[in-house]
Order: sequence, then structure tokens, then C-alpha cells
Amino acid sequence: MHLLQQIVFILCAGTAIGIFTKKVVEVRRNILLGRDENLTDQSGRRWRNVLLLAFGQKKMFKRPLPAVLHFFVYAGFVLINIEVLEILIDGIFGTERIFQAPLGAFYNVVIGFFEILAFLTLIAVIVFLIRRNILKVKRLSMHELDGFPKRDANTILYIEIVLMCMLLLMNAMEGAIQLKEGVGNGFLISSLIAPLFTGLSLDMLNIIKHTCWWGHILGIFAFLNYLPYSKHFHILLAFPNAFYTRLTPQGKMANMPEVQNEVLYMMQPELAPTATDAAPVQHRFGAKDVMDLSWKNLLDAYSCTECGRCTSVCPANITGKKLSPRKIMMDTRDRLEEVGENINKNKNFVDDGKSLVHDYISVEELRACTTCQACVEACPVSIEPLSIINQLRRYLIMEESNAPQEWNLMSSNIENNMAPWKFSPDDRDKWANEMEPSA
Amino acid sequence: MIKTMAEFAANNEMPEVLFWVGCAGSFDQRAQRITKAFATILTKVGVSFAILGKEEMCTGDPARRAGNEFLFQMMAYNNIQTLNGYGIKKIVTICPHCFNIFTNEYPELGGKYEVMHHSTFLQQLINEGRVRIKEGGAFKGKKITYHDSCYLGRANGIYEAPREVLKALDAELVEMKRCGSNGMCCGAGGAQMFKEEEAGTTRINFERAEEAIETGAKIIAANCPYCTTMLTDGVKSKEKEDDVKVLDIAELIEASLED
Repeated sequence: MHLLQQIVFILCAGTAIGIFTKKVVEVRRNILLGRDENLTDQSGRRWRNVLLLAFGQKKMFKRPLPAVLHFFVYAGFVLINIEVLEILIDGIFGTERIFQAPLGAFYNVVIGFFEILAFLTLIAVIVFLIRRNILKVKRLSMHELDGFPKRDANTILYIEIVLMCMLLLMNAMEGAIQLKEGVGNGFLISSLIAPLFTGLSLDMLNIIKHTCWWGHILGIFAFLNYLPYSKHFHILLAFPNAFYTRLTPQGKMANMPEVQNEVLYMMQPELAPTATDAAPVQHRFGAKDVMDLSWKNLLDAYSCTECGRCTSVCPANITGKKLSPRKIMMDTRDRLEEVGENINKNKNFVDDGKSLVHDYISVEELRACTTCQACVEACPVSIEPLSIINQLRRYLIMEESNAPQEWNLMSSNIENNMAPWKFSPDDRDKWANEMEPSA
Repeated sequence: MIKTMAEFAANNEMPEVLFWVGCAGSFDQRAQRITKAFATILTKVGVSFAILGKEEMCTGDPARRAGNEFLFQMMAYNNIQTLNGYGIKKIVTICPHCFNIFTNEYPELGGKYEVMHHSTFLQQLINEGRVRIKEGGAFKGKKITYHDSCYLGRANGIYEAPREVLKALDAELVEMKRCGSNGMCCGAGGAQMFKEEEAGTTRINFERAEEAIETGAKIIAANCPYCTTMLTDGVKSKEKEDDVKVLDIAELIEASLED
């Protein structure tokens, strides 16, 4: 019987990890569809960001209440994994609480600590559900979340409730069994509810305990495989995303060396490469579709958990414009998934007549951005919606000549009068002549 | 008389610093007052400075942010030729957009200079005792709120220098709800200054001006010619232009200089 259980367990674990790995490989392939960008310099500063932003959740604490609640769930996720490790070992080798003997009395302290985390997670998740569904906090109930995103968010919270309850219930059953035999297990939280179940028969308690054990671990396997399809993927991708985050000041816009060189060769033709030199790879100017973006933009899209901090500080969104930085990230991921499906089906991407700009993100949204970087500043996991917006805008202007009339005027003024307004360049220092001679 | 770089070069002289005025500061009537205030401060305290005069051109910031990289690269090329031609080492500017592009985007194109925004420059002059504020100045005890421009604040992390300058006025500094790295944009960046806003429920500058007015401050201090214009319009939209003035920190200092 035990052996059968072990075999079933190993099969379940193997299948779960196998399917997950396959999907992760696919996600990685999708991310690498993006343009190359080297982001491995200054590894010291990068690891520091992983510690501060991902492990330390530094930016979350700009909003203290959600930050504390989120920290409970996060700590629960990271630390309860140690218990999951025990469950995995027990499942594979048919042991029971393998860490108990070597840790001795300390084991109860550890489990007690996990139980507190599980309990706090439970509380936090319930508050999150209330914030989403009853209080309807604005950034968590906007229309861009209608449909799957809203269901996704609630599903994650329900799964977490079930998982935490199973864990606590399993320990409580064990406590009840031991109570019947004499003294309880003394686990901090579950021992409080254990006496409620001592009325049940030993067999019944064992059945519930094992059901909870299996339910908990099978739930984790299922959850693991739900992650890559969900906004909750951030629990894994926040870490690499913090590592690869930009280290330059937020105000710096990425250079386009190909345009820089084109201008240089125009101004100084003697520097232009001769025909014998290898022609540089010609990209599209700016980005029309996800493949034109940097791989980091695509990693950003998979790392976004749709919390909406970016949108809630976006001046355009606050004043009722269509632009929402969160939607930019969601659209990028949706389009990338669609491209990925296309590749799965056709081996190589076959043009489907669609693109990120126009079909997912409208010109009106892109135009409304003031490049104020509030979205970038607000993101707890250093996602940069602005980087995508800038690249899509470059495409619109440079490939489609798609600009509002006022911008065309501005450009021609800059070109002809060296200023965005229609003033004579001769008047540029007129103010200086108007100053009092004594000044 | 304000001398141009060409005049300095003709005498084989080098000023302490090049004052990069920027397009708004050169042509916009409201912004010209900021330019004149800053030039007056520099002159009064004896900082030797030059302007490029007619040789100055748009840095290309609005073109780049709108998406027109070709035009930006053209402007950058020409400006860098001019600046490097004169051997410019140090630049001060009253425009955070120019400041940002010189600091972060010109270096990889060959334009490497020590660049300062006028708020940092003024802070240094105050610390060095070169700029002295008169006792019991016009702003003593007055409520002033400071509006962080995006390209000085979030873009480059400069939040303290302008506040330090304002403290020298002995005024009562009150913060808006959204300030520092959470500061809200005036609505002009990203070439928005040059086009109509998209349809929405209100305008960005109206929203921001309302927030500034709510602090009860009589003066909204700015550090950017675009912000100054946007907030002035915003204050007008609330019909508060008689009570609440929008002034650049250079104007505030210039009005408080010791005689």
C-alpha cells in the first residue's frame, strides 16, 4: 500500500514538474524572441537589486498596508517551501515528517513558525479578497481587468486559502490523533483547533489527515502549472527581473546607434563604411510588434502581476485618458502568448496580419504618455512600461509617419528654426539685449 | 552685457560656465523672465558665464520623446559640434529636459560635459556664500509649495537641491500630497507641450494645479519652464491667478538677493 502511494506520488510529482518545465522552456523561447540587449554588466549592483527589490520588497513599502499583507503571503511562499521540501521527501520515500527526528524539539518551533505564517497568509488573502471584491479598490477593479484577469486574481487567492487550510487542517488532525493517545503535537496554531476534532474516530482522523496531505501537495502541483498562464508568475520572475533591471538613470532613453550612424555619415561622409564593409543588420525602426521589443521588455510582461500601481500614478490615466501602463504590459504579454501559440502551431512565426501596435495598443493610448516615469518608479519589480511606449512611438513616427499635425509642425520648426516653435533663430538671444545694462 | 561664447573665444577666454538657455527660456515670454532672473543672479554675484546666443539649438528632446529619432540625432550632432568646438566643460541650464538630455543622452554621442541644473547651481552658490539672501525678504514666512519636475526628480533623482534653495528664503515650505518621487507630472513632458491632450475627464495641469492650490500655498515654486507654463494655466483654470503665483526658483531667489 505504501509502495503504491509512493509510486503514485512520484508519478504526480514527475508529471507536474515535467509539464511545468515544458511551459517554462516555451516562455523562455517567447522572451528570447525579443531583440538582444546585454544586461549582465555590474553584477554587484544587480545582485543588490535582487536583494532589495525582490527579496526585500523595498518598493512595496511605499504603500504600507498592502506591503505588510503582501509580505506575509510572500514570506509564507518562500518559507513554507521548506515544508514542501519535507513533503516531497516524505512522498517519495514513504517517510513521515523526515525532518522531525534530526531537528528534535526545534522541529516544533519551525512548524509552529510555518503555522503562524500560514495563518497570517490566510488573513492577508482574505483581506485581499475583500479589497478586490467588496471594497473594490480602484486600481484592482478597473475595466481593463474585466474577464480573465479578474477571475485569475480571485482564483489565485482562493487556491491560497485552500492550500493554507489544508496545511493547518492536516496538522490539526495529527494533533487530534496524538491528543487521543495522550499529549498533542503542540504545533502553535493547529493545536488550538485540534481538540475540536477529538470526537472523530481515529480512522476518520487519519483519512482526513491523509486527504489534506494529498490535497495540499496536489494543490501545489496544480498551482505550479497554473503559474505560467497567470499573473501570479511574478512570484518566480520578480527575481530575474530585479537582476536585469536597468541601472541607468530613469530619464535616459535608449539610443539608436543605427540612426546615430546614419546622421553621422550624412554629416561626415568620409566616415561612412565602404561598400566592402559588412552591411549592418537592418531592424525596423522602433517596435511594431513584440519581436521588435527588447527581451527585457518581454520578461517585464511575464513578470507583471497586474497590481496597477503604475496605472494609479499615471497622470494620463488619472485624468481619464485611455493610456494605462498596466494595460501596456498586459497587452504585450497577451500578444506574445499569441505569437508563441502561432509558433507552436506552425514551427515558425507565420504572419497573422496582427501587431502589438494598433491591434492591441492604440495610437491614442501611446500619444497620451508624458514620459513622466511615474509608472516605472511605482513598479515594485522594476517593470518599465515607458520603454515599450517609447519604442512603439518611434515606430509610429519613423515607419508610419503617423503623428498628430501639431507634432509635424513642431518637428518642422525644430528642423528649420532650431526650436519647437515658429520663431526666428535670430531672435534666440533677444532677451539678452532686453536686459538692463546694469544687470 | 551678456556675452556669447563666440565673444569669449574671440578674446581667447573661457567663462566659468556656459548658460544653456533652452528654447522655452529663449523664446517664450513667460520663460524669458526665468532666464533673465537667472542671468541677473549670475551677473550680480559675479559668475563669469557665456551663452551660445544664436548658435544654440533645440537639444532634440521633444523630437526624441515624440519618436523622431532622426531629428533628435541631427540636433544632437549639431549641438555637440558647437559645444566641443568651443571646448565647453561645464554647462548650467534652467530647463530639466535639457539637463537630462545633456547628462544622460549626449555623452554616448560624444558630448561629455559637467552639467548642472540651475537649482543645484543656486544651491552651491548659496552654500558658498556667493548668493546672499536679504534679511526679511519678500517670501519670509510665506507658504510655498514645490512642484517636482519629472526630469529633475524621477529622471535624475534631484529632490533636495531645489528644496534647499527654497529654505534659504525663510519661507514655510508645504508639500503637496504627491511629492518627491511620487510627484505628479504637469502634463507637458514627452512633447505633450506641443500638442492638444487626448480626450479625458480633465487636463493634467488642472489636476496638478488643484493639488497645489489645496496646500494653501500662495506661491507654487517650479524648476522648469514647461511646468511653469502648465501650472500657470492650471491656476487660471481654477480662477486663482490673483492669489496663487507660479514662480521659478530662480525668480524667487532673484527677488530676494541682498542689495
